[in-house]
Amino acid sequence: MMALLLHDVPRHALVLLGLVLAGLIAMPWFANDYLLTVLIVILYFAYTGIAWNVLMGFAGQLSLGHALYVGLGAYTTAALYVHFGIGPWVGMPVAILISVASGMVIGFLAFRFGVAGVYFAILTIAFCEFARIGFDHFGWVSGSSGLFLPVANYTRNDVLNLRGQPVMFYYVILALTAVAFVLCHMLLRSRVGYFWQAIREDEVAARSLGINTFRYKMIAIAISSGMTAPAGVFYAFYYNNLFPEQTFFILRSIEIILGPIIGGVGTLFGPVIGAFLITGLAEVLQEFLSAYGLDIPGVKRVFYGVCLLVVIMVLPHGIWPPLARLLRLDKRQKPEA
Amino acid sequence: MPAEIYLNVAISGLLTGLVYGLMALGLSVIFGVVRVVNFAHGEMMTIAMYLAVVLFAQFRLDPLLMMLPLAALMFAAGYVMQMALINPFIARPEHSQFMLLLAVAVILVNGLLIIFGPDARSVQTSYAFDSFALGPVIVDATKLYAGLAAILVASALFAFFKFAPIGKAIRACADNYTGALVVGLNVKRLYALSFGLGAACVGAAGAVIVLIVDVTPPLGPAYTLLAFVIVITGGLGSMPGALFGGILIGVTEAMAGLFFTPSAKSMFAFAILVLVLLFRPQGIMGKKPS
Repeated sequence: MMALLLHDVPRHALVLLGLVLAGLIAMPWFANDYLLTVLIVILYFAYTGIAWNVLMGFAGQLSLGHALYVGLGAYTTAALYVHFGIGPWVGMPVAILISVASGMVIGFLAFRFGVAGVYFAILTIAFCEFARIGFDHFGWVSGSSGLFLPVANYTRNDVLNLRGQPVMFYYVILALTAVAFVLCHMLLRSRVGYFWQAIREDEVAARSLGINTFRYKMIAIAISSGMTAPAGVFYAFYYNNLFPEQTFFILRSIEIILGPIIGGVGTLFGPVIGAFLITGLAEVLQEFLSAYGLDIPGVKRVFYGVCLLVVIMVLPHGIWPPLARLLRLDKRQKPEA
Repeated sequence: MPAEIYLNVAISGLLTGLVYGLMALGLSVIFGVVRVVNFAHGEMMTIAMYLAVVLFAQFRLDPLLMMLPLAALMFAAGYVMQMALINPFIARPEHSQFMLLLAVAVILVNGLLIIFGPDARSVQTSYAFDSFALGPVIVDATKLYAGLAAILVASALFAFFKFAPIGKAIRACADNYTGALVVGLNVKRLYALSFGLGAACVGAAGAVIVLIVDVTPPLGPAYTLLAFVIVITGGLGSMPGALFGGILIGVTEAMAGLFFTPSAKSMFAFAILVLVLLFRPQGIMGKKPS
């Protein structure tokens, strides 16, 4: 286990990683409330980005509907909590189960019938839109009028029920992100991970080598959707309100994929760095715009779009590959395929 | 409910579907030739819609008359966009192209939000409440004009690809990229022309659809999705398929609005998409991939 974890990781990478993690753990002692909320958003997008990256970055299947799994996770646990008083940690396995099931249904429909590339992306959007309209008319979770979790001013942090102050949420999402990161690190070095990368690079070649591409693509979508569901649990209990028009909105899916794309698709650090950059920049811009009275709806998203445009044109592989060369973390010397 | 109401709703859905079909035709032309999925398609359509609304509000110019000027304008915009942005991405992987157009879409939809705000805009023509009675069937004048205009533009496009030398050259490009290069066609320019033609389709469709639909910025992503659903249903790359898909989706949405609630109508469009992807992934009129 430890051997698989640490095998062939450069020592200075471990030191760097340890420093970053220590810094993040120590952060609440230095950060004010505002900075802490920003960090929570950053880690949230880092987590969802890591989960999305398993499907697109590792196995090469472009999903543009990951808001579906966030939404299913959020709605499942929130409904269980509101209707039956079942806590989020008990609800989470149920949420993951539902998320994985829906991911596998989509995967089965798509991969069985050879739906790939752009068609697959559109199919994932279609299912997310389907869920959005469906939940709008789903009375048990209050439809379009929104599902609300009971809110009170908590003086004590109740980790069991995820009711409490931002510091607690910060550590929860930090832990989730760290676990997801380590999981992905191990996945990339496992047999499955190599099969995924073979499929990503050339599916026909992978199949001719005897890889059951259908099965491994199914595994990818199952893991990715299952990993995304806890983000939904966090979303529900952190924001305390859920609206189908918000939760399953197509822009939610796009926000999830911005981080990994800007950071570097298919890399371990890409989603994390991308989340830091895009959210950090957006916050700085927000401050700047409100300081100059330019706070018009839409300005922030135009900026998102321009960022995405510039990165995709200038750095087609994202920010991480050149950064890794700078930090001498790219042990493989072969050119990018 | 009297029986005529079904017929009325079906015909109204058919006419709206023709305009949808014209919009989807643009997407199909772009994909069929350039092999790039235009993720900013609906956003381009809302630009044309806003232009039509502004022209009407400022100068009382009828959207039906503005159809051709707007198509020409969108053609130029599409031509420039392909030349400047998309041509460098032709050899890039699919998801890279996808992201490029997604970025354009995000910029366009929020740019419109900044300029026009979130409120719905509409055009009130003098014939907005006219209708024609054909026996028991009553047809809205605006929908009839919009549908006829869509047929007109679509026929012109079919004729262009069938008879014009440039149209034939574009089809040659679509059939075999390398072959087109070998016989000396300027492929990059033909790609730009195709993207321009696709944009002209949404320009025309946008100009006429303001007669029947109010425009808001979020309509852009919704129309992009709708165009995808139509084109995949009809068969990506098939021009008659796009028109047929438009009519099918238009009628389905109208009927779903009648039998269920109008807010759930696009669920049925997505249901059709899923069924088509399952049983005929190449689309109803698409060719089987070789």
